[in-house]
Amino acid sequence: MTMTFMEQAAMIGMIVFGTALTRFLPFLLFPAGKPTPRYIQYLGRVLPPAVFGLLVVYCLKSVSLFTGNHGVPEAVSIAAVIALHLWKRQMLISIAGGTVCYMILVQLVF
Amino acid sequence: MSESTRRKSALKAAFPHTIPIFAGFWFLGMTYGIYMNVSGFAFWYPMIMSLTIFAGSVEFVAVNLLLGSFHPLQALAMTLMINARHIFYGISMLDKYRGNGWKDIYMIFGMCDESFSINYTADIPKDIDRGWFMFFVTLLNHFYWFFGATLGGIFGSLIHFNTEGLDFVMTAMFVVIFLEQWLKDKNHVSALAGIGVSVLCLLAFGAEDFMIPAMAAILGVLTLLRRPLEAGGERQ
Repeated sequence: MTMTFMEQAAMIGMIVFGTALTRFLPFLLFPAGKPTPRYIQYLGRVLPPAVFGLLVVYCLKSVSLFTGNHGVPEAVSIAAVIALHLWKRQMLISIAGGTVCYMILVQLVF
Repeated sequence: MSESTRRKSALKAAFPHTIPIFAGFWFLGMTYGIYMNVSGFAFWYPMIMSLTIFAGSVEFVAVNLLLGSFHPLQALAMTLMINARHIFYGISMLDKYRGNGWKDIYMIFGMCDESFSINYTADIPKDIDRGWFMFFVTLLNHFYWFFGATLGGIFGSLIHFNTEGLDFVMTAMFVVIFLEQWLKDKNHVSALAGIGVSVLCLLAFGAEDFMIPAMAAILGVLTLLRRPLEAGGERQ
């Protein structure tokens, strides 16, 4: 390790500070007392569906369609999650079912 | 209801929502702890970092940063880029994370992807205290992550059983959250824009660099669509 302990502590401190900043920033910029601009209110309403879509893509970012398993285990397991969820509408069943399906596929089939 | 009964019933209501996170964080946190362990760090590094940073992806990047040379500003810039999505979460939580006293500070500090997703989408029963419910979701998630990272840091090299594929639990959870949101919404423009823009940016910029352009593009598309979406009465 090339860094001293104090240097490491400073690096970690920066990461802690940066993370907290991204989380607190909107609350600092738009304090409770003042009315939040209408544009920001609009974003607060329409962003979540788009962000959940982004998070799904983010989870799948390393899947390669042209090499390896061609994303088949992912596609099958996501279909299983969706089917289970539309059927039972029980979050835990959908998540557990999809994960078990994926583990079986990557460990035993592919 | 007394304060302690309110707390207890909120904890009981919150716990089932965090079970998938328990599975996911235990595994991912452990992976992170093992990674720190084999990179030559003592167990209290992942222990303290999981507690104070509590943001999975940046903690993995931090391992490389700590192994490199001393560049605190670069560390800060990397952190801001990787975690920029939290700003979106904050904008969406401006109303929910207010009026709960000191708990707000902790919930904002602990607003990782999973805590945000659960607290944004959960249908909290009317008789449950919302502040305590969201507080316990955050606290449980924080604890799972801390617990996994610390265990991984201590026992890192000793664990052997086939967990390949267990990390899919996070993907499955976000698919369910996306689907739940979809079923609640009348208008799917934002959801479709989120998927479409993200996939396009992933293809254009690659897995490591697509998040910032994707967020900028989502912001741009939703801004352009403001008039039609507000006129069409996007869900309240």
